[in-house]
Amino acid sequence: MKNRSLAITLSPWLYTLALFAIWEASVWIFSIPVFFLPPPSTIAVAIYDYWPAIYRNSLITLWATLVGFGLAVGFGLLLGLVIGWSRSIYAGLYPLMIGFNAIPKVAVVPILVLWFGIGFVPAVLTAFLISFFPIVVNVATGLATIEPELEDVLKALGASKLDIMRKVGIPRTLPYFFGSLKVAITLAFVGTVISESVASNNGIGNLMLQAQAQFQVPLIFAGLIALAVEGIVMYWLMAVLEKRMTGWAQRSGFAQN
Amino acid sequence: MTAFVTLEDVSHAYGGDTSAPAVEGLSISINEGEFAAVVGPSGCGKSTLMKLATGLQFPFKGKVRIAGEAVDKPLKIAGMAFQAPTLLPWRTTLENLLLPLEIVQPHRSEMRRKRHEFVARAENLLTSVGLRDQGGKFPWELSGGMQQRTSLCRALIHEPKLLMLDEPFGALDAFTREELWCVIRDLQAARKITVCLVTHDLREAVFLADRVFVMSARPGRIVVERKIDIPRPRDLDVTFTPAFQDIVHELRSHIVKTRR
Repeated sequence: MKNRSLAITLSPWLYTLALFAIWEASVWIFSIPVFFLPPPSTIAVAIYDYWPAIYRNSLITLWATLVGFGLAVGFGLLLGLVIGWSRSIYAGLYPLMIGFNAIPKVAVVPILVLWFGIGFVPAVLTAFLISFFPIVVNVATGLATIEPELEDVLKALGASKLDIMRKVGIPRTLPYFFGSLKVAITLAFVGTVISESVASNNGIGNLMLQAQAQFQVPLIFAGLIALAVEGIVMYWLMAVLEKRMTGWAQRSGFAQN
Repeated sequence: MTAFVTLEDVSHAYGGDTSAPAVEGLSISINEGEFAAVVGPSGCGKSTLMKLATGLQFPFKGKVRIAGEAVDKPLKIAGMAFQAPTLLPWRTTLENLLLPLEIVQPHRSEMRRKRHEFVARAENLLTSVGLRDQGGKFPWELSGGMQQRTSLCRALIHEPKLLMLDEPFGALDAFTREELWCVIRDLQAARKITVCLVTHDLREAVFLADRVFVMSARPGRIVVERKIDIPRPRDLDVTFTPAFQDIVHELRSHIVKTRR
Protein backbone atom coordinates (compact mmCIF):
# COMPACT_ATOMS: atom_id res chain seq x y z
CA MET A 1 0.00 0.00 0.00
CA LYS A 2 2.76 2.44 0.92
CA ASN A 3 4.74 1.54 -2.18
CA ARG A 4 1.65 2.06 -4.25
CA SER A 5 1.00 5.56 -2.97
CA LEU A 6 4.69 6.40 -3.40
CA ALA A 7 4.44 5.22 -7.01
CA ILE A 8 1.44 7.47 -7.54
CA THR A 9 3.28 10.45 -6.03
CA LEU A 10 6.31 9.85 -8.23
CA SER A 11 4.51 8.95 -11.43
CA PRO A 12 3.88 12.48 -12.73
CA TRP A 13 7.61 13.21 -12.50
CA LEU A 14 8.55 9.92 -14.11
CA TYR A 15 6.11 10.41 -16.99
CA THR A 16 7.39 13.95 -17.56
CA LEU A 17 11.01 12.77 -17.52
CA ALA A 18 10.10 9.97 -19.93
CA LEU A 19 8.48 12.46 -22.32
CA PHE A 20 11.60 14.63 -22.34
CA ALA A 21 13.84 11.59 -22.75
CA ILE A 22 11.88 10.33 -25.76
CA TRP A 23 11.90 13.83 -27.21
CA GLU A 24 15.66 14.19 -26.73
CA ALA A 25 16.35 10.76 -28.19
CA SER A 26 14.08 11.34 -31.20
CA VAL A 27 15.83 14.57 -32.04
CA TRP A 28 19.24 12.81 -31.98
CA ILE A 29 18.10 9.66 -33.78
CA PHE A 30 16.32 11.44 -36.62
CA SER A 31 18.85 14.31 -36.54
CA ILE A 32 16.10 16.93 -36.50
CA PRO A 33 17.61 20.40 -36.95
CA VAL A 34 17.53 22.72 -33.93
CA PHE A 35 15.59 25.42 -35.82
CA PHE A 36 12.83 22.85 -36.46
CA LEU A 37 12.53 21.09 -33.10
CA PRO A 38 15.18 21.81 -30.48
CA PRO A 39 15.91 19.01 -27.98
CA PRO A 40 15.02 19.61 -24.29
CA SER A 41 18.71 20.02 -23.42
CA THR A 42 19.00 22.96 -25.81
CA ILE A 43 15.79 24.43 -24.46
CA ALA A 44 17.19 24.09 -20.92
CA VAL A 45 20.27 26.05 -22.00
CA ALA A 46 18.01 28.70 -23.53
CA ILE A 47 16.05 28.95 -20.29
CA TYR A 48 19.32 29.41 -18.38
CA ASP A 49 20.68 31.98 -20.85
CA TYR A 50 17.53 34.05 -21.04
CA TRP A 51 16.40 33.52 -17.44
CA PRO A 52 15.98 37.22 -16.47
CA ALA A 53 13.78 37.90 -19.53
CA ILE A 54 11.79 34.70 -19.08
CA TYR A 55 11.31 35.35 -15.37
CA ARG A 56 10.20 38.96 -15.82
CA ASN A 57 7.79 38.18 -18.66
CA SER A 58 6.40 35.12 -16.91
CA LEU A 59 5.43 37.27 -13.95
CA ILE A 60 3.77 39.80 -16.25
CA THR A 61 1.79 37.03 -17.96
CA LEU A 62 0.89 35.45 -14.62
CA TRP A 63 -0.28 38.75 -13.20
CA ALA A 64 -2.45 39.60 -16.22
CA THR A 65 -3.89 36.07 -16.13
CA LEU A 66 -4.70 36.23 -12.44
CA VAL A 67 -6.41 39.62 -12.71
CA GLY A 68 -8.46 38.43 -15.69
CA PHE A 69 -9.25 35.18 -13.91
CA GLY A 70 -10.28 37.06 -10.77
CA LEU A 71 -12.69 39.18 -12.80
CA ALA A 72 -14.03 36.04 -14.45
CA VAL A 73 -14.62 34.38 -11.07
CA GLY A 74 -16.52 37.37 -9.69
CA PHE A 75 -18.49 38.09 -12.82
CA GLY A 76 -19.04 34.41 -13.68
CA LEU A 77 -20.29 33.57 -10.20
CA LEU A 78 -22.68 36.51 -10.22
CA LEU A 79 -24.02 35.83 -13.71
CA GLY A 80 -24.31 32.11 -13.00
CA LEU A 81 -26.38 32.80 -9.89
CA VAL A 82 -28.60 35.23 -11.79
CA ILE A 83 -29.10 32.77 -14.66
CA GLY A 84 -29.75 29.88 -12.28
CA TRP A 85 -32.20 32.03 -10.34
CA SER A 86 -34.74 32.63 -13.05
CA ARG A 87 -35.90 30.56 -15.97
CA SER A 88 -36.69 33.60 -18.09
CA ILE A 89 -33.28 35.18 -17.56
CA TYR A 90 -31.77 31.81 -18.38
CA ALA A 91 -33.79 31.55 -21.60
CA GLY A 92 -32.90 35.09 -22.60
CA LEU A 93 -29.20 35.19 -21.79
CA TYR A 94 -28.10 31.68 -22.71
CA PRO A 95 -28.20 32.04 -26.52
CA LEU A 96 -26.40 35.37 -26.21
CA MET A 97 -23.67 33.79 -24.14
CA ILE A 98 -23.25 30.85 -26.48
CA GLY A 99 -22.96 33.22 -29.41
CA PHE A 100 -20.46 35.30 -27.49
CA ASN A 101 -18.45 32.28 -26.50
CA ALA A 102 -18.31 31.11 -30.12
CA ILE A 103 -16.48 34.29 -31.16
CA PRO A 104 -12.73 33.60 -31.41
CA LYS A 105 -11.18 35.79 -28.73
CA VAL A 106 -8.22 36.61 -30.97
CA ALA A 107 -10.73 38.50 -33.13
CA VAL A 108 -11.76 40.57 -30.13
CA VAL A 109 -8.23 41.70 -29.25
CA PRO A 110 -8.04 44.38 -32.02
CA ILE A 111 -11.25 45.90 -30.66
CA LEU A 112 -9.85 45.89 -27.14
CA VAL A 113 -6.67 47.54 -28.43
CA LEU A 114 -8.80 50.18 -30.14
CA TRP A 115 -10.50 50.92 -26.82
CA PHE A 116 -7.70 50.49 -24.31
CA GLY A 117 -4.43 50.60 -26.26
CA ILE A 118 -1.87 47.80 -26.25
CA GLY A 119 -0.35 46.10 -23.20
CA PHE A 120 -1.76 45.01 -19.86
CA VAL A 121 -5.47 45.90 -20.16
CA PRO A 122 -6.33 43.95 -23.34
CA ALA A 123 -4.42 40.94 -21.94
CA VAL A 124 -6.47 41.03 -18.73
CA LEU A 125 -9.72 41.45 -20.63
CA THR A 126 -8.98 38.64 -23.08
CA ALA A 127 -8.17 36.32 -20.19
CA PHE A 128 -11.40 37.38 -18.54
CA LEU A 129 -13.54 36.96 -21.67
CA ILE A 130 -12.22 33.51 -22.46
CA SER A 131 -12.46 32.11 -18.93
CA PHE A 132 -15.78 33.33 -17.54
CA PHE A 133 -17.99 31.13 -19.70
CA PRO A 134 -17.25 27.76 -18.05
CA ILE A 135 -17.78 29.35 -14.62
CA VAL A 136 -21.19 30.74 -15.56
CA VAL A 137 -22.33 27.48 -17.13
CA ASN A 138 -21.25 25.38 -14.16
CA VAL A 139 -22.77 27.63 -11.51
CA ALA A 140 -26.05 27.78 -13.43
CA THR A 141 -26.04 24.00 -13.86
CA GLY A 142 -25.52 23.46 -10.15
CA LEU A 143 -28.53 25.60 -9.37
CA ALA A 144 -30.68 24.07 -12.09
CA THR A 145 -30.18 20.55 -10.74
CA ILE A 146 -31.60 21.00 -7.21
CA GLU A 147 -33.75 17.94 -6.44
CA PRO A 148 -37.42 18.90 -6.82
CA GLU A 149 -38.36 16.85 -3.72
CA LEU A 150 -35.96 18.83 -1.59
CA GLU A 151 -37.37 22.03 -3.01
CA ASP A 152 -40.86 20.77 -2.06
CA VAL A 153 -39.78 19.96 1.49
CA LEU A 154 -38.40 23.47 1.93
CA LYS A 155 -41.23 25.25 0.12
CA ALA A 156 -43.75 23.41 2.27
CA LEU A 157 -41.97 24.91 5.28
CA GLY A 158 -42.51 28.36 3.86
CA ALA A 159 -39.01 28.84 2.47
CA SER A 160 -38.58 31.74 0.08
CA LYS A 161 -36.61 31.40 -3.12
CA LEU A 162 -33.75 33.22 -1.43
CA ASP A 163 -33.84 30.70 1.47
CA ILE A 164 -33.63 27.77 -0.95
CA MET A 165 -30.81 29.50 -2.77
CA ARG A 166 -28.86 30.13 0.45
CA LYS A 167 -29.45 26.81 2.20
CA VAL A 168 -29.34 24.47 -0.79
CA GLY A 169 -28.60 26.14 -4.11
CA ILE A 170 -25.29 27.81 -3.37
CA PRO A 171 -23.70 25.01 -1.29
CA ARG A 172 -24.61 22.38 -3.83
CA THR A 173 -23.25 24.56 -6.64
CA LEU A 174 -19.82 24.88 -5.04
CA PRO A 175 -18.40 21.59 -6.41
CA TYR A 176 -19.46 22.65 -9.91
CA PHE A 177 -17.98 26.09 -9.32
CA PHE A 178 -14.61 24.89 -8.04
CA GLY A 179 -14.48 22.28 -10.79
CA SER A 180 -14.97 25.02 -13.36
CA LEU A 181 -12.11 27.06 -11.87
CA LYS A 182 -9.65 24.40 -13.02
CA VAL A 183 -10.86 24.77 -16.58
CA ALA A 184 -11.09 28.55 -16.36
CA ILE A 185 -7.55 29.17 -15.05
CA THR A 186 -5.93 27.29 -17.96
CA LEU A 187 -8.19 29.10 -20.44
CA ALA A 188 -7.21 32.41 -18.82
CA PHE A 189 -3.54 31.72 -19.71
CA VAL A 190 -4.59 31.09 -23.31
CA GLY A 191 -6.39 34.44 -23.36
CA THR A 192 -3.45 36.38 -21.93
CA VAL A 193 -0.94 34.87 -24.33
CA ILE A 194 -3.19 35.47 -27.36
CA SER A 195 -3.46 39.12 -26.44
CA GLU A 196 0.23 39.48 -25.61
CA SER A 197 1.33 37.99 -28.89
CA VAL A 198 -0.93 40.34 -30.86
CA ALA A 199 -0.88 43.52 -28.84
CA SER A 200 1.78 43.92 -26.16
CA ASN A 201 5.42 44.75 -25.62
CA ASN A 202 5.62 42.47 -22.60
CA GLY A 203 4.74 39.01 -21.41
CA ILE A 204 5.56 35.51 -22.54
CA GLY A 205 3.37 35.86 -25.65
CA ASN A 206 5.37 38.84 -26.77
CA LEU A 207 8.66 37.16 -25.85
CA MET A 208 7.80 34.20 -28.06
CA LEU A 209 6.77 36.44 -30.93
CA GLN A 210 10.10 38.30 -30.77
CA ALA A 211 12.02 35.05 -30.52
CA GLN A 212 10.22 33.85 -33.63
CA ALA A 213 11.09 37.04 -35.50
CA GLN A 214 14.76 36.50 -34.59
CA PHE A 215 14.52 32.81 -35.40
CA GLN A 216 15.55 31.83 -31.84
CA VAL A 217 13.62 28.59 -31.87
CA PRO A 218 14.92 27.28 -28.48
CA LEU A 219 13.68 30.50 -26.84
CA ILE A 220 10.19 29.98 -28.32
CA PHE A 221 10.11 26.56 -26.72
CA ALA A 222 11.49 27.99 -23.46
CA GLY A 223 8.47 30.32 -23.46
CA LEU A 224 6.15 27.35 -23.99
CA ILE A 225 7.73 25.49 -21.08
CA ALA A 226 7.36 28.56 -18.84
CA LEU A 227 3.65 28.76 -19.73
CA ALA A 228 3.17 25.06 -19.13
CA VAL A 229 4.77 25.29 -15.69
CA GLU A 230 2.64 28.29 -14.71
CA GLY A 231 -0.47 26.53 -15.99
CA ILE A 232 0.26 23.36 -14.02
CA VAL A 233 0.97 25.27 -10.79
CA MET A 234 -2.23 27.30 -11.04
CA TYR A 235 -4.29 24.25 -11.94
CA TRP A 236 -2.86 22.42 -8.96
CA LEU A 237 -3.72 25.36 -6.69
CA MET A 238 -7.31 25.30 -7.95
CA ALA A 239 -7.49 21.54 -7.39
CA VAL A 240 -6.26 21.95 -3.80
CA LEU A 241 -8.81 24.72 -3.24
CA GLU A 242 -11.56 22.51 -4.67
CA LYS A 243 -10.62 19.66 -2.39
CA ARG A 244 -10.49 21.95 0.63
CA MET A 245 -13.79 23.65 0.02
CA THR A 246 -15.90 20.74 -1.21
CA GLY A 247 -14.36 17.61 0.25
CA TRP A 248 -17.87 16.28 0.89
CA ALA A 249 -18.47 16.02 -2.84
CA GLN A 250 -15.31 14.04 -3.54
CA ARG A 251 -15.79 10.87 -1.55
CA SER A 252 -15.99 8.58 -4.56
CA GLY A 253 -13.22 6.01 -4.79
CA PHE A 254 -13.75 5.82 -8.54
CA ALA A 255 -10.74 7.82 -9.61
CA GLN A 256 -8.51 6.74 -6.74
CA ASN A 257 -7.45 3.36 -8.05
CA MET B 1 -63.47 12.75 15.54
CA THR B 2 -63.05 15.86 13.43
CA ALA B 3 -61.83 15.88 9.87
CA PHE B 4 -58.33 17.34 9.75
CA VAL B 5 -57.58 17.03 6.07
CA THR B 6 -60.45 17.41 3.61
CA LEU B 7 -60.31 17.39 -0.16
CA GLU B 8 -63.72 18.00 -1.71
CA ASP B 9 -64.34 17.10 -5.35
CA VAL B 10 -60.83 18.25 -6.27
CA SER B 11 -59.48 18.28 -9.83
CA HIS B 12 -55.95 19.23 -10.67
CA ALA B 13 -53.92 19.28 -13.85
CA TYR B 14 -50.28 20.27 -14.24
CA GLY B 15 -50.08 23.06 -16.76
CA GLY B 16 -53.59 24.49 -16.38
CA ASP B 17 -57.06 23.05 -16.86
CA THR B 18 -56.58 22.30 -20.55
CA SER B 19 -54.14 19.40 -20.14
CA ALA B 20 -55.10 15.91 -18.96
CA PRO B 21 -55.93 16.07 -15.25
CA ALA B 22 -53.80 14.15 -12.75
CA VAL B 23 -56.71 13.85 -10.32
CA GLU B 24 -60.38 14.43 -11.02
CA GLY B 25 -63.31 14.59 -8.61
CA LEU B 26 -61.06 13.49 -5.76
CA SER B 27 -62.63 13.56 -2.32
CA ILE B 28 -60.93 12.34 0.82
CA SER B 29 -61.27 13.15 4.48
CA ILE B 30 -58.68 12.27 7.10
CA ASN B 31 -59.43 12.66 10.78
CA GLU B 32 -57.21 14.31 13.33
CA GLY B 33 -54.69 11.87 14.74
CA GLU B 34 -55.60 9.28 12.16
CA PHE B 35 -53.13 7.20 10.17
CA ALA B 36 -54.37 7.16 6.59
CA ALA B 37 -52.79 5.26 3.73
CA VAL B 38 -53.45 5.92 0.05
CA VAL B 39 -52.72 3.10 -2.36
CA GLY B 40 -53.22 2.82 -6.06
CA PRO B 41 -51.68 1.83 -9.37
CA SER B 42 -48.56 3.73 -10.36
CA GLY B 43 -49.15 7.12 -11.93
CA CYS B 44 -52.58 7.47 -10.36
CA GLY B 45 -51.90 10.89 -8.89
CA LYS B 46 -50.89 9.86 -5.37
CA SER B 47 -48.07 12.35 -5.29
CA THR B 48 -50.41 15.04 -6.62
CA LEU B 49 -52.62 14.36 -3.64
CA MET B 50 -49.63 15.03 -1.38
CA LYS B 51 -48.84 18.29 -3.11
CA LEU B 52 -52.44 19.44 -2.96
CA ALA B 53 -52.72 18.65 0.74
CA THR B 54 -49.55 20.59 1.59
CA GLY B 55 -50.30 23.65 -0.48
CA LEU B 56 -47.53 23.10 -3.01
CA GLN B 57 -50.13 22.89 -5.77
CA PHE B 58 -53.60 24.33 -5.96
CA PRO B 59 -56.55 22.62 -7.67
CA PHE B 60 -58.41 24.29 -10.51
CA LYS B 61 -61.60 22.83 -9.13
CA GLY B 62 -62.73 21.78 -5.64
CA LYS B 63 -61.67 22.69 -2.11
CA VAL B 64 -58.74 21.69 0.05
CA ARG B 65 -59.10 22.37 3.75
CA ILE B 66 -56.58 21.58 6.45
CA ALA B 67 -57.52 22.02 10.12
CA GLY B 68 -60.66 23.80 9.02
CA GLU B 69 -58.90 26.39 6.88
CA ALA B 70 -58.76 26.65 3.12
CA VAL B 71 -55.25 25.98 1.82
CA ASP B 72 -53.97 28.94 -0.16
CA LYS B 73 -50.26 28.80 0.56
CA PRO B 74 -47.67 26.13 1.52
CA LEU B 75 -48.60 24.52 4.79
CA LYS B 76 -46.09 24.96 7.59
CA ILE B 77 -47.85 22.55 9.91
CA ALA B 78 -46.94 19.68 7.57
CA GLY B 79 -43.75 17.63 7.47
CA MET B 80 -42.81 15.67 4.38
CA ALA B 81 -40.62 12.69 3.53
CA PHE B 82 -40.07 11.07 0.16
CA GLN B 83 -38.67 7.91 -1.34
CA ALA B 84 -35.30 9.63 -1.76
CA PRO B 85 -33.99 10.87 1.60
CA THR B 86 -32.81 14.16 -0.03
CA LEU B 87 -30.38 14.97 2.78
CA LEU B 88 -27.79 17.65 2.19
CA PRO B 89 -24.39 15.97 1.85
CA TRP B 90 -22.45 19.00 3.15
CA ARG B 91 -24.32 18.99 6.45
CA THR B 92 -23.97 16.46 9.22
CA THR B 93 -27.01 14.41 10.14
CA LEU B 94 -27.74 16.73 13.05
CA GLU B 95 -27.38 19.85 10.91
CA ASN B 96 -29.70 18.28 8.36
CA LEU B 97 -32.31 17.90 11.07
CA LEU B 98 -31.95 21.54 12.05
CA LEU B 99 -32.59 22.73 8.50
CA PRO B 100 -36.40 23.03 8.81
CA LEU B 101 -35.95 25.03 12.04
CA GLU B 102 -33.72 27.46 10.15
CA ILE B 103 -36.58 28.10 7.75
CA VAL B 104 -39.91 27.76 9.47
CA GLN B 105 -41.19 30.54 11.75
CA PRO B 106 -41.20 31.10 14.69
CA HIS B 107 -38.18 28.82 15.17
CA ARG B 108 -36.22 30.65 12.54
CA SER B 109 -35.88 33.87 14.50
CA GLU B 110 -35.17 31.91 17.69
CA MET B 111 -32.44 29.81 16.10
CA ARG B 112 -29.56 31.66 17.70
CA ARG B 113 -31.08 31.96 21.14
CA LYS B 114 -32.50 28.47 21.40
CA ARG B 115 -29.88 26.54 19.50
CA HIS B 116 -29.04 24.30 22.47
CA GLU B 117 -32.68 23.44 22.94
CA PHE B 118 -33.11 22.65 19.24
CA VAL B 119 -30.00 20.47 19.19
CA ALA B 120 -31.30 18.58 22.21
CA ARG B 121 -34.62 18.13 20.47
CA ALA B 122 -32.91 16.79 17.34
CA GLU B 123 -30.81 14.41 19.42
CA ASN B 124 -33.89 13.09 21.19
CA LEU B 125 -35.58 12.54 17.86
CA LEU B 126 -32.55 10.68 16.54
CA THR B 127 -32.54 8.51 19.63
CA SER B 128 -36.22 7.73 19.16
CA VAL B 129 -35.58 6.31 15.69
CA GLY B 130 -32.54 4.33 16.83
CA LEU B 131 -29.87 6.74 15.64
CA ARG B 132 -28.46 7.72 18.99
CA ASP B 133 -25.07 9.49 18.73
CA GLN B 134 -25.10 9.36 14.94
CA GLY B 135 -25.74 13.08 14.59
CA GLY B 136 -22.12 13.95 13.89
CA LYS B 137 -21.91 11.69 10.85
CA PHE B 138 -22.51 12.88 7.33
CA PRO B 139 -25.52 11.40 5.53
CA TRP B 140 -23.31 9.50 3.08
CA GLU B 141 -21.69 7.72 6.02
CA LEU B 142 -25.08 6.23 6.93
CA SER B 143 -26.83 3.23 5.36
CA GLY B 144 -29.95 3.70 3.23
CA GLY B 145 -32.24 2.79 6.11
CA MET B 146 -30.47 5.19 8.47
CA GLN B 147 -30.72 7.96 5.88
CA GLN B 148 -34.44 7.36 5.60
CA ARG B 149 -34.77 7.48 9.40
CA THR B 150 -32.97 10.82 9.32
CA SER B 151 -35.32 12.02 6.63
CA LEU B 152 -38.28 11.07 8.85
CA CYS B 153 -36.73 13.00 11.72
CA ARG B 154 -36.28 16.01 9.50
CA ALA B 155 -39.97 15.85 8.63
CA LEU B 156 -40.83 15.80 12.35
CA ILE B 157 -38.36 18.26 13.87
CA HIS B 158 -40.64 21.30 13.70
CA GLU B 159 -43.38 19.24 15.40
CA PRO B 160 -45.85 19.26 12.52
CA LYS B 161 -49.49 18.35 13.03
CA LEU B 162 -49.57 16.54 9.72
CA LEU B 163 -46.99 14.15 8.35
CA MET B 164 -47.08 13.44 4.63
CA LEU B 165 -45.10 10.41 3.48
CA ASP B 166 -44.64 9.68 -0.22
CA GLU B 167 -43.43 6.07 -0.54
CA PRO B 168 -40.79 6.70 2.10
CA PHE B 169 -39.71 3.07 2.30
CA GLY B 170 -39.89 2.27 -1.41
CA ALA B 171 -36.16 2.13 -1.96
CA LEU B 172 -35.30 -0.01 1.06
CA ASP B 173 -34.80 -3.76 1.41
CA ALA B 174 -37.62 -5.80 2.95
CA PHE B 175 -36.09 -6.14 6.43
CA THR B 176 -35.15 -2.49 6.77
CA ARG B 177 -38.59 -1.55 5.51
CA GLU B 178 -40.30 -3.58 8.23
CA GLU B 179 -38.01 -2.06 10.84
CA LEU B 180 -39.02 1.38 9.69
CA TRP B 181 -42.70 0.46 9.74
CA CYS B 182 -42.28 -0.07 13.45
CA VAL B 183 -40.39 3.20 13.81
CA ILE B 184 -43.14 5.19 12.14
CA ARG B 185 -45.82 3.22 14.03
CA ASP B 186 -44.24 4.15 17.35
CA LEU B 187 -43.65 7.77 16.37
CA GLN B 188 -47.28 8.17 15.41
CA ALA B 189 -48.49 6.45 18.56
CA ALA B 190 -46.31 8.66 20.76
CA ARG B 191 -47.06 11.97 19.07
CA LYS B 192 -50.64 11.41 17.96
CA ILE B 193 -50.02 13.26 14.75
CA THR B 194 -52.12 12.86 11.62
CA VAL B 195 -50.27 10.82 9.02
CA CYS B 196 -51.00 10.46 5.34
CA LEU B 197 -48.92 7.70 3.78
CA VAL B 198 -48.83 7.29 0.02
CA THR B 199 -47.57 3.86 -0.97
CA HIS B 200 -48.05 0.98 -3.35
CA ASP B 201 -47.09 -1.62 -0.78
CA LEU B 202 -50.42 -3.04 0.43
CA ARG B 203 -48.94 -4.85 3.42
CA GLU B 204 -47.36 -1.60 4.52
CA ALA B 205 -50.67 0.23 4.16
CA VAL B 206 -52.66 -2.37 6.08
CA PHE B 207 -50.08 -2.76 8.84
CA LEU B 208 -49.76 0.95 9.53
CA ALA B 209 -53.07 2.59 8.69
CA ASP B 210 -56.40 3.07 10.42
CA ARG B 211 -58.00 3.52 7.03
CA VAL B 212 -56.78 2.64 3.57
CA PHE B 213 -57.95 4.58 0.53
CA VAL B 214 -57.69 3.01 -2.92
CA MET B 215 -57.21 5.37 -5.83
CA SER B 216 -58.27 4.72 -9.41
CA ALA B 217 -55.96 4.90 -12.40
CA ARG B 218 -55.24 8.37 -13.77
CA PRO B 219 -57.11 10.68 -13.43
CA GLY B 220 -57.11 9.61 -9.83
CA ARG B 221 -59.96 9.63 -7.38
CA ILE B 222 -60.82 7.52 -4.36
CA VAL B 223 -62.76 4.40 -5.32
CA VAL B 224 -62.62 2.37 -2.10
CA GLU B 225 -62.22 3.28 1.55
CA ARG B 226 -61.36 0.39 3.89
CA LYS B 227 -61.26 0.66 7.65
CA ILE B 228 -58.55 -1.49 9.19
CA ASP B 229 -59.79 -2.59 12.60
CA ILE B 230 -56.78 -4.63 13.65
CA PRO B 231 -56.28 -3.56 17.29
CA ARG B 232 -53.30 -1.43 18.23
CA PRO B 233 -50.52 -1.69 19.21
CA ARG B 234 -49.86 -3.91 16.23
CA ASP B 235 -46.94 -6.25 16.15
CA LEU B 236 -45.13 -7.30 12.97
CA ASP B 237 -46.45 -10.83 13.54
CA VAL B 238 -49.93 -9.56 12.76
CA THR B 239 -48.91 -9.34 9.10
CA PHE B 240 -48.81 -13.14 8.95
CA THR B 241 -52.31 -13.72 10.32
CA PRO B 242 -55.12 -14.83 7.95
CA ALA B 243 -57.24 -11.79 8.86
CA PHE B 244 -54.42 -9.49 7.73
CA GLN B 245 -53.86 -11.44 4.55
CA ASP B 246 -57.58 -11.27 3.75
CA ILE B 247 -57.56 -7.49 3.92
CA VAL B 248 -54.48 -7.33 1.70
CA HIS B 249 -56.15 -9.63 -0.81
CA GLU B 250 -59.33 -7.64 -0.76
CA LEU B 251 -57.45 -4.38 -1.43
CA ARG B 252 -55.40 -6.06 -4.10
CA SER B 253 -58.51 -7.12 -5.98
CA HIS B 254 -59.74 -3.51 -5.91
CA ILE B 255 -56.47 -2.30 -7.40
CA VAL B 256 -56.52 -4.97 -10.07
CA LYS B 257 -60.00 -3.75 -10.98
CA THR B 258 -58.85 -0.13 -11.26
CA ARG B 259 -56.06 -1.14 -13.61
CA ARG B 260 -58.45 -2.60 -16.13
